[in-house]
Amino acid sequence: MTIALEPAVQEPAAQGDRVSLLRVLGPAHVWALGVGIVLVGEFTGWNFAADKGGALAALIVCWVVGLLYTSVAMIDSEVTSTVAAAGGQYAQAKHIVGPLMAFNVALFLVFAYTMLEVSDAILLGDTIVAKAGVEGLNHNAFIAATIVVLAWLNYRGVLMTLNVNFVITALAYVSIVILFFSVSPWTQGAVLKLNELVTPGNALPYGWIGVIAAFQFGIWYYLGIEGTTQAAEEVRSPARSLPYGTMAGMITLLIAAAMTWYVCASMMPWEYLGTTYYPLWDAAKLTGSPLLENLLFIATLLAALASANGCINDAARAWFSLGRDRYLPSWFAAVHPRYRTPYRSILFLLPIALAFAFIADLNQAITFSILSGVLQYTFMSINIIMFRKKWPLGSIRRGYTHPFHPLPAIVLFCLCVVTFFAIFLGFGSQLIAMVAFYFLISLWFHFYRYKFVRRGAQFTMPWPKPQGY
Amino acid sequence: MWIALSYASWGISIVLALWMLYDWFKVDTTFSEEVLTSSREGDLEAVSEKHRI
Repeated sequence: MTIALEPAVQEPAAQGDRVSLLRVLGPAHVWALGVGIVLVGEFTGWNFAADKGGALAALIVCWVVGLLYTSVAMIDSEVTSTVAAAGGQYAQAKHIVGPLMAFNVALFLVFAYTMLEVSDAILLGDTIVAKAGVEGLNHNAFIAATIVVLAWLNYRGVLMTLNVNFVITALAYVSIVILFFSVSPWTQGAVLKLNELVTPGNALPYGWIGVIAAFQFGIWYYLGIEGTTQAAEEVRSPARSLPYGTMAGMITLLIAAAMTWYVCASMMPWEYLGTTYYPLWDAAKLTGSPLLENLLFIATLLAALASANGCINDAARAWFSLGRDRYLPSWFAAVHPRYRTPYRSILFLLPIALAFAFIADLNQAITFSILSGVLQYTFMSINIIMFRKKWPLGSIRRGYTHPFHPLPAIVLFCLCVVTFFAIFLGFGSQLIAMVAFYFLISLWFHFYRYKFVRRGAQFTMPWPKPQGY
Repeated sequence: MWIALSYASWGISIVLALWMLYDWFKVDTTFSEEVLTSSREGDLEAVSEKHRI
């Protein structure tokens, strides 16, 4: 993979010109966006699955949720290689299902990414405070710096933002690989003690219901890979770059998830693994190597930074797209004439993220992010069925066609239902509150806001009429 | 050192936030709203994709 060099800053567009987002990204940036958002989940989050169902449950959900996300990546690649617009799944929903679904999907996106950004900033602040061990040191300064510096980077241009993300994501990923090979994974007994820590007696301490409950945190292995689609309007060749970057990202994450589980489950008992906030950092500490310990500390910070950076990018584009179609005031649809970024959307979401980061609890922020993500995946399974029905293969040009249709859609839908049940077991009241919120906001959109929407102009894809219309 | 880093983080955050607010004000007073919100979804596709199979 290669990264383009940063071009000279664009001259301000002259009055009267059309100002749009810049098409400067390639497949490596798409990979950096997707994997950058997700990789923090290997450094914290996935391990709470062990608390719900034991170490083996964390492995089972690693593979089963991996199947869910492989379906997400395949479906997303096909639809986005055709609907190449900022807003990603929002633009897909608008063209394939309808405006009300699109409005809800955009809100799922903004909530999922903003809450994930908040969680990343809190994690980064807490990690620094834990490392410092200084009495009176508060995490708020580090949270503020994370959110503001990354917002500034996003404000200044997408190419530099995702070049930075590529470098820090690659460094964090390499640290997992270094840790994996440092503990002699080919030899049990020296450093790794999987056969002692995971036995038939404790592998599934709560049985199969524990495995179901673990789904909620298994999502963390891959949460956010679908964010690659938000770059659709800024990649040079959407039909080639998006499927390539997304699928390469998914393969990368499957490997990282497997390595992470193997190292951590072989070094820590499930009772500890399921409650620590830093499974990989703790594993590095257990090796006794100060070099590895410091490496994984830095990698945890880099992964949190990369994730927050990608989340700001994606949330701002979803919000910007809503403004552009008048689903929200058109004021949000402004593009910076020099940096070509949705600068007002970035600035609007900045204080919201800061407020949540200062007042919200990490678990609450993570739960809201996961809930919005799973709602979005459920939509995607229905969306692809409708897409193939309305525009069958051969009727429009697709950059990528996913295999075995409708099997991935069915698998995705079934796994989403299981995950909703798992979330209900752990966070039932939040689930009900969130569904009630989306219901009420849908009523507001239908009865009030929709009269402002550009009804004809919002459908921009030059497609033939759908079958049956 | 960590306390100093904490103060530096606040300082950087305030400086960058003020810079973004200044730039936002400058852009909004230099360019018309029509220009700033002139982006249209699917501009490229309308030109390059004809969907003839």
